[in-house]
Amino acid sequence: MADAPDVRAGRLSPAEYRRNFDDAHPPLTAQQAMVEAARCLFCYDAPCIEACPTGIDIPRFIRGIQSGNLRGAAETILEANIMGGTCARVCPTDVLCEGACVRLAEGKKPVEIGALQRHAVDWLFERGIQPFTRGAPTGERIAVVGAGPAGLACAHALARHGHEVVIFEKRAKAGGLNEYGIAAYKMVHDFAQREVAFILGIGGIELRTGIELGRDVTLGELRRDFAAVFLGLGLQGVHALGLAGERLAGVHDAVAFIERLRQTKDLSTLPVGRQIVVIGGGNTAIDIATQTKRLGAETVTIVYRRGPEQMSASPAEQEWAKSNGVAIRHWARPVAIEGVEGHVRSVTFERTRLDREGRLEGTGERFTLPADQLFKAIGQKLVPSAFNGTAELLDVENGKIVVDAERRTTLDRVWAGGDCIGSSVDLTVAAVEDGKLAAASIHRYLMAG
Amino acid sequence: MADLRCEIAGVKAPNPFWLASAPPTDKEYNVVRAFQAGWGGVVWKTLGEDPPVVNTSSRYGALHYRGYRMMGFNNIELISDRPLEVNLQEIKRVKRDWPDRALLVSLMVPCTEDSWKRILERVEETEADGVELNFGCPHGMSERGMGSAVGQVPEYIEMVVRWCKAATRMPVFVKLTPNVTNILAPARAAKAGGADAVSLINTINSVMGVDLDSMAPLPSVHGKGAHGGYCGPAVKPIALCMVGEIARDPDCRGLPISGIGGIETWRDAAEFIAMGAGSVQVCTAAMHYGFKIVEDMISGLSNWMDEKGYRRLDDFRGAAVPNYVDWGQLDMNYVVKARIDQDKCIRCGLCHIACEDTSHQSIRAIKENGKRRYEVIEEECVGCNLCAHVCPVEGCIEMVEIDTGLPYVTWAEDPRNPQRLAEAAE
Repeated sequence: MADAPDVRAGRLSPAEYRRNFDDAHPPLTAQQAMVEAARCLFCYDAPCIEACPTGIDIPRFIRGIQSGNLRGAAETILEANIMGGTCARVCPTDVLCEGACVRLAEGKKPVEIGALQRHAVDWLFERGIQPFTRGAPTGERIAVVGAGPAGLACAHALARHGHEVVIFEKRAKAGGLNEYGIAAYKMVHDFAQREVAFILGIGGIELRTGIELGRDVTLGELRRDFAAVFLGLGLQGVHALGLAGERLAGVHDAVAFIERLRQTKDLSTLPVGRQIVVIGGGNTAIDIATQTKRLGAETVTIVYRRGPEQMSASPAEQEWAKSNGVAIRHWARPVAIEGVEGHVRSVTFERTRLDREGRLEGTGERFTLPADQLFKAIGQKLVPSAFNGTAELLDVENGKIVVDAERRTTLDRVWAGGDCIGSSVDLTVAAVEDGKLAAASIHRYLMAG
Repeated sequence: MADLRCEIAGVKAPNPFWLASAPPTDKEYNVVRAFQAGWGGVVWKTLGEDPPVVNTSSRYGALHYRGYRMMGFNNIELISDRPLEVNLQEIKRVKRDWPDRALLVSLMVPCTEDSWKRILERVEETEADGVELNFGCPHGMSERGMGSAVGQVPEYIEMVVRWCKAATRMPVFVKLTPNVTNILAPARAAKAGGADAVSLINTINSVMGVDLDSMAPLPSVHGKGAHGGYCGPAVKPIALCMVGEIARDPDCRGLPISGIGGIETWRDAAEFIAMGAGSVQVCTAAMHYGFKIVEDMISGLSNWMDEKGYRRLDDFRGAAVPNYVDWGQLDMNYVVKARIDQDKCIRCGLCHIACEDTSHQSIRAIKENGKRRYEVIEEECVGCNLCAHVCPVEGCIEMVEIDTGLPYVTWAEDPRNPQRLAEAAE
């Protein structure tokens, strides 16, 4: 363990990088889509629709694929979920639509709804068809903060109503986590940007990048200048482990590293450790673990303080990590990070269990894993500085903005959605639904005048 | 967005998708649900004289084909088993509440002028858009001298249609039975009688199977089975043929057609319209999946028409009719040959064995270093399409047109025709 840390770029051949970061689940061919679509029973009051946070009429779009009405299929999807293309790629379908498929009840494989959805939306995108038109201008202007899934979905729905939208985005590109956060092999061929272009293609939406709330503009100013404000801020702060070695080189915030990976054109220039430890149990943990493995890391271990059932990553995601050679160790929490010459070299964990009241406790038993890099994927939080310079305060509870069922905050004329709100479940599809609901509420409010 | 409105024999509807006279159109409750779902029209389930008929228990049979449910479907149900007055009141209410939808009323009464006159008067009071004379049902009612018992005798058709035309101002549609040797005879009879339109096909005589334990034909009623009316996706080719026959018949020229038979998707409907139908009627697909299927039918037809640049149904209605010809008008010099895409081939050998055992021995089976390979022997291939049909891989076997440089030659003009040689010798 006294060896120097081994973190370097170019562990793989160009062909290996290409293969490892190509489409993890290649699209269905037309014939595969027909065969799969034929498996859909066209259920009445279909459970899959209920399981979809955006309520896509799944049997109807699958029937469109069956009948050769691909355009109608895509429109059915996008009408309910403007990011149907991304969601088809990244949704944990095993716990959403496909998990509700009645085929499972007969002990069979569920219909591959995600893959079929991708088939239909890709068909539309490949042909450059724009099925949506902007409504007749209403003269109302709305500010949307954050060009992630929630903000874009909200802006698109408002543009359909004819409102004028200005999106303020602190990063250089729109797309939010679709562009900066999701694993690369789920969003190949610049899909996030193609989708952004499709969404903005409706017209009536101005995108201003490089503008951060609390730094370049305040909530007070937005409320003064716009009829309504939608906050789709995401979560920009990262939880800390609270351990002494946390500032050692090689200890990374997983989200920041994935962002760097997503923006690196030539992955052979991205350094990665030989031995990797990931702490966390959500999709970010799975994504950083799998991607570092695919960058050429020799061993990658996810350590989670509770059991597999408590991991927020879906069973299919956990399986995916394992099939990529990632080890998952449960019931252990980090207690010390050890370094050599200012760089992390190992992490020590204490085994955990539940006490009689069901609370997590340490057993006192320890083990140490060698680590050239340690990734923290233990969740994110709202950054309070976003509200700098805002005289009025909106309610924040447990680090998330408080909203009602229509996604109204406690501050007049301010709505919020996506990861920054209390009810969020950390999924693109849920953020899209937030944006959609907020837009409907904003529209009602504006039209009630 | 394409204009899907249709008008047939003066009956207007917002789209050509109608529900055929059958259980789905038996009462107000169903019909209102259908209109709410978006159907453009309905033909109310056949009304008869009181007292209403009594139906059997166990009524439907189905042909499931290797995991696909209801490829074919049949029934031994009779006409409406509800009192005439109840039906008429409901029809009147529905027409009043849904004025933009087509509402035809199917009728079947004994073969006397009086019976027809009486019921037509009653139906007129409902302000329905028209009537459809049920000369089609092949089971049950035919044993009582109605349904297909009338539809199989052209003289009866003409006679009854004439009575009806004299008795009512409403457009008269005649629903034809396919259980005849030539559909043109009843179609021409309907036209001669003054029919405003024909609807076809009604169901086909059928026995769905035999229960090999009880030795009962299916569907069975207490161990016995009667023939029923066959419908569903499996009958579409038969229906298309009959619709096409009427559409291209000079004697039937101008006779509007409401197409029926195995229509399940917008594509099926478009095919019937291309073959001359002015509207289409659906039953089995609705009985299988519910009324919601009309959503994709409307959206699919509209998107397809937009893609093709058709603005109205009339822009492509009957477009396939001029191409529907007698065998004797086909081009004897046209040549296609099978081509196997070796990259797509999965080496199942089905093309080879189909050709080798049952056709023209023009696909060679080769084994090289333990690897299978199937190759077309071009000189032997007659272009029959069999291999392309049995091939399980989409686009793997293509029938490619060979340019022979020869002109379009029909059999009558073909030098290989012995009669032509004989004529030339004379």
